[in-house]
Amino acid sequence: MIEILFKLLEILLIIALLIPIAAMLVWVERRMIGIWQNRLGPNRVGPLGILQSVADLLKILGKEDWVPPFSERTVFVLAPVIGAVCVLMSFAVMPFSPTIGVSDLNIGLLFFLAMASLAVYSVVLAGWASNSKYALLGGMRAAAQTVSYEVFMGLSVMGVVLLTGSFNLREIVLAQQEGWLIETQFVGFIIFLIAGIAESHRLPFDLPEAETELTAGFHTEYSGLKFALFFLGEYLGVTLISAMSVVLFFGGWLMPEPLASWLPPLVWFILKVFFFVLFFILLRTSLPRPRFDQLLSFGWKYMLPLALLNLLVTAALKLGGVIYA
Amino acid sequence: MAATDSKNKLDFSASKDWQQTNVIDIYEEIIALVPSADLVPVTAMENVVDEIPSFWLNKFQLCQVMQALKKELSKPFDMCFDLTAIDETHRVYKAAHVGDFTVSYHLRSHSRNQDIRLKVALNSQDKTLDSVASIWLNANWYEREVWDMFGIEFISHPYLCRILMPKTWQGHPLLKTHPARATEMAPFTLPPDQQEAEQQALKFDPQAWGMKRQSGAQGKDNDFMFLNLGPNHPSVHGAFRIVLQMDGEEIVDCVPDIGYHHRGAEKMGERQSWHSYIPYTDRIDYLGGVMNNFPYVMAVEKLAGITVPDRAKVIRIMTAEMFRILSHLLFYGTFAQDIGALSPIFYMFIDREKLFGIIEAFTGARMHPSWFRIGGVAHDLPLGWEKLVREYVDYLPKRLDEYEKMVMQNALLKKRTVDVGAYTSKEALAWGVTGPGLRATGYAWDMRKQRPYSGYEQFDFEVPLGHKGDCYDRCRVRVEEMRQSIRIIEQCLNNMPSGAYKAEHPQTTPPDKSRTMQDIDTLIPHFVNVSWGPVIPVGEVSVFVEATKGIMGYHLISDGNTMSYRTRIRTPSFAHLQMLPLISKGQMVADLIATLGSIDYVMADVDR
Repeated sequence: MIEILFKLLEILLIIALLIPIAAMLVWVERRMIGIWQNRLGPNRVGPLGILQSVADLLKILGKEDWVPPFSERTVFVLAPVIGAVCVLMSFAVMPFSPTIGVSDLNIGLLFFLAMASLAVYSVVLAGWASNSKYALLGGMRAAAQTVSYEVFMGLSVMGVVLLTGSFNLREIVLAQQEGWLIETQFVGFIIFLIAGIAESHRLPFDLPEAETELTAGFHTEYSGLKFALFFLGEYLGVTLISAMSVVLFFGGWLMPEPLASWLPPLVWFILKVFFFVLFFILLRTSLPRPRFDQLLSFGWKYMLPLALLNLLVTAALKLGGVIYA
Repeated sequence: MAATDSKNKLDFSASKDWQQTNVIDIYEEIIALVPSADLVPVTAMENVVDEIPSFWLNKFQLCQVMQALKKELSKPFDMCFDLTAIDETHRVYKAAHVGDFTVSYHLRSHSRNQDIRLKVALNSQDKTLDSVASIWLNANWYEREVWDMFGIEFISHPYLCRILMPKTWQGHPLLKTHPARATEMAPFTLPPDQQEAEQQALKFDPQAWGMKRQSGAQGKDNDFMFLNLGPNHPSVHGAFRIVLQMDGEEIVDCVPDIGYHHRGAEKMGERQSWHSYIPYTDRIDYLGGVMNNFPYVMAVEKLAGITVPDRAKVIRIMTAEMFRILSHLLFYGTFAQDIGALSPIFYMFIDREKLFGIIEAFTGARMHPSWFRIGGVAHDLPLGWEKLVREYVDYLPKRLDEYEKMVMQNALLKKRTVDVGAYTSKEALAWGVTGPGLRATGYAWDMRKQRPYSGYEQFDFEVPLGHKGDCYDRCRVRVEEMRQSIRIIEQCLNNMPSGAYKAEHPQTTPPDKSRTMQDIDTLIPHFVNVSWGPVIPVGEVSVFVEATKGIMGYHLISDGNTMSYRTRIRTPSFAHLQMLPLISKGQMVADLIATLGSIDYVMADVDR
């Protein structure tokens, strides 16, 4: 009984931390983009503008909870919730540190992939339920993009599974004590990262919401709290992909000595994740976006064969005894 | 000064504006082709001072002569440059042949480097005329505009309806009988039923706009999707509406709908004094600043016979080229942003900000300085201007090198823009495309080179060309043009003539005040010219410049008054948007956005 209570407390704590982190990320992103674009970004609310997210949140909570009369009401309301929930669920299998983590599911990696696939329903349903043309086009793009990119997202991490012999994320981390998997799975990492950007539809793969083309894409008709949920989902998605990259390829909370003894494992984990989040933000400031068909053909023609090749070579090298995890 | 001085030394004493060649030749050539043509050269009373061969033509021979000029003439006329009308009913000085209305056709032959103006007189009882839209593709919109503004009906026009005014508008605004001020009309009201009617008029009806609802022979295959892009959309750069007929994400057809930015700039020209109209010109291409003043003041000067001093000419060129850079930098940034690159525009705005600082030091204003005056510029350059300009001339090329890496060499951007939205030189000419859009197709035509004005022939610069005519080339041409503008500005810097910044002529504005307090004979003209504005002699003139977006020009008609009788503004963007359906067919939505960005239009320039 006590154990269950503790577990619940842990879950609550993680959620209570993740959501403010996502909110803070909005501020981090705006400030970082500001710096990279030679301007200031939000710096008025609180020290360095750090309370900007709080102000934004208050504003967005004060907005009218409006559902367009022409939309499919139930689905319209449900769609943003699905997105946020799917991403949050993925964190259940995330090993944050040697002791922190909600569940040690033995198919943790598969669970993550499944949740990532489910998250697309949020976008597709939002596009469809809005009953608006821009939203529909956005939803259509999202469906095609996610279906294409999740194929080799799954394949790209199979190299990791092959080397560690496990789907359990905690075991994958522990298997990297001798050396991070990035050493042997560099190609796999690159493919995973590209697929991850596409899954979280961030620039340069933000086609479902491409502002200059589709005004706001799938969330054109959303406002207020429901819009905030999409926002939350997006930033949690960025954190999730960053965290997964760290867990799968960069040794999770592990650090080589003497660095490991300087800071607790959880802090190392957070620092690594933050590094990748910054990378995501930097990508957004520096790249234009490809066209829809270019994005798809890039996925099917280059990424998928590459992912298969990576898997094949990894298997061969492992059989030949050249590499171990 | 710098060592480059010797080879850059400019000699303005030899400077002479470009002039049209022989009027008689073209007359005889036309008569040889169409012996029956009732072609009459304009009379001295009309005083056409721009030396463009101008002829009156019988309205029933219009199509025949047009056909001959376009198809049969050796070195034919290949562009319908402008088409407009004049309500002559209130003319005081009415020459022979002038009827109640004049429809004026301005054609251009690039191979001859010659223009011709054909005028057709109409009377109020029979305001009809044959449409030339089947001969000149771009006459379509121009004829619609003339119908909209004057109520002149073009027979067998494919789609004659309002273009700039709302569909529900009553009357034709450029008629002399139409009120020009709100105070001349009844107070504005919008009762609910009228509002309903206005909204209904804005509703899109595919069939009425000439689109099919379904594909396939019997419409069995599938329904098209109609997407209303604009008038409020992040990428249409202003209040511009395009209705897309789409099959999936592919564009089958599109209809551009303009007029949301119409302010009646031409009508205002008929109620402002020659001088007080200058600020209105700034707001035509609102990114062009003094570039807009340029053709207007040159046109008035030509009518009044004012010779501008060399210093004023060079100052004008320098500031106009600065605005070319300002406009192109904005284009560069927004173009990249339309492709999805968010950062370049912020860097470019910093560069623009620096240049606006210089403009502000010169003129006291930033985007709309209204700084040119009839006869010169408003004041002399400030002390220390050389230092400001020198710094900028040294600064910008380095930044452009960085943008080259960031934008032009970006693989994703190239993938999005190379071979997208391409058209050929031939298509460009047929649709009246000018400026960078034409040069991107590899067609070397720059007013500053072909028909130098204000002393451009003294400057050493190149005309950048593209070769494919796609979005990438249009951007490439503009980027190179900025470098050439820097070269021109540098030459202005090294060779700024001394002397007056404004001509000594009684009709310049504001009039000379130096001797006003000494004798009554200068006091009275000064008083009159300040309070009423100068009286410009009767005449007609068209002056064009290579503006930021293409060739912009003013066609002014003076009836010997303190105000213009007719102010026609020929803007490049109007022509550029008209060809959108041609280039967008078969594109995806994302391509259309790239294409729109690459055209670089300003809705104020389209609608006026």
